[in-house]
Amino acid sequence: MLHLPILARFPLSFFRNLFGGSAPPPAAPGECAPRIPRRSTGFHHFTNAILRPDGQTILDLGPTSSSNLQFITGLGHKAYNEDVLMAANASRLTIPGPEKDSTMVDVASFLAEDLQYEPESFDAVLMWDVCDYLPETLVKPVVERIYRITKPRGALLAFFHTRDAGPEAPYYRYHIKNEETLELQQGPHFQLQRVFQNRHVENLFHDYNSIKFFLGKENIREVLLVR
Amino acid sequence: MWKSRKEDEKPSSPIKPEPPAPIVPAPSSSPARSVESPKMDSYRTDNARTDVARTDVAHIGKSVIIKGELSGSEDLYLDGEVEGNIDLHDHNLVIGPNGRVRANVQAKDVVIHGKVDGNVTGADKVELKKSALLNGDITTQRIVIEDGAFFKGAIDIRKAEPNMAGSKVEIPRPAAQAASAAITSSVPAASPSAGAEKK
Repeated sequence: MLHLPILARFPLSFFRNLFGGSAPPPAAPGECAPRIPRRSTGFHHFTNAILRPDGQTILDLGPTSSSNLQFITGLGHKAYNEDVLMAANASRLTIPGPEKDSTMVDVASFLAEDLQYEPESFDAVLMWDVCDYLPETLVKPVVERIYRITKPRGALLAFFHTRDAGPEAPYYRYHIKNEETLELQQGPHFQLQRVFQNRHVENLFHDYNSIKFFLGKENIREVLLVR
Repeated sequence: MWKSRKEDEKPSSPIKPEPPAPIVPAPSSSPARSVESPKMDSYRTDNARTDVARTDVAHIGKSVIIKGELSGSEDLYLDGEVEGNIDLHDHNLVIGPNGRVRANVQAKDVVIHGKVDGNVTGADKVELKKSALLNGDITTQRIVIEDGAFFKGAIDIRKAEPNMAGSKVEIPRPAAQAASAAITSSVPAASPSAGAEKK
């Protein structure tokens, strides 16, 4: 059983005042949120891993982003998109929980309808920070499913928050600008569920052959794994 | 002295045929969307008009349900429900905001405002508007995706094959340049953010 500890909770403003963060501002009502560029070492390494040969299949687990699809197909690859967080939060998956007036996610239904691909289908997967926002009961099954559908020597890029910013931490969508730059755009409201420590990330992805950590901005750890 | 008659002063204006009014779907709860391309995108989601011109585009209203094969040799605006297969060959298809399609779709240009469960093949272009919900694979030369559109599936960009029957052969551009020009994004002027359920 994987235990995910809850670290001390600090408001996001505490860290912004301490480190002078420059997170994208929220969008005005009715407008798309602005995009703020961020250099990403982890994504740069991910791009190097998928440059050659052409014709690879790349799975993007974030919200539909034309920038991401353009980048992937621009490399000559076939792009797949599946917004896992949107699917995991669908009302159809909510079932009564073990305690009174509690609810939980129907894991079996999720796995029956989502991430349904043949084993070893993908050369690379962009997971972004999905694990930080998934409901507790879905984390391990989703990671196992992604492992199963990734080809041997396939790459996986995942992001993890380094600080427990609390439930007010904004959720950002990641758009690919180029091979080493991402653009953060404040997206729909998803609640940060947990903060992983390094050893928990290693345990979660223990089946992978290699794991590399890169420290990004805005208290994000970028993790590149190879199956 | 000639006294002009009143009826001569103002020559009777010839009866001019009214220009074809744009086809407007029935009101929906969705906000009005930006018009992007002529003819096919001259549909607004405000109050429906009664003087609908059907000379250019066939129209399937939101109360219509079709089960089976749907094919045609003209452009189609589909705002109803279709289950089966849609094949318009070299013509364009617009799936309106009330459109609910459970079918594979083939057309020249495909613009989606509503919901599609099925594979979409656009010989020239596929466009997902911000209210689009597409669960299926896309095969096309060009794709435009608005912020807010939901897409689950694969994208296969295929360039048109050169016509060997005497026409000009297009020199293919390098794959990176060609494919990067194949997908464009567009941000509507005012778009509510697509959101999950708030907890």
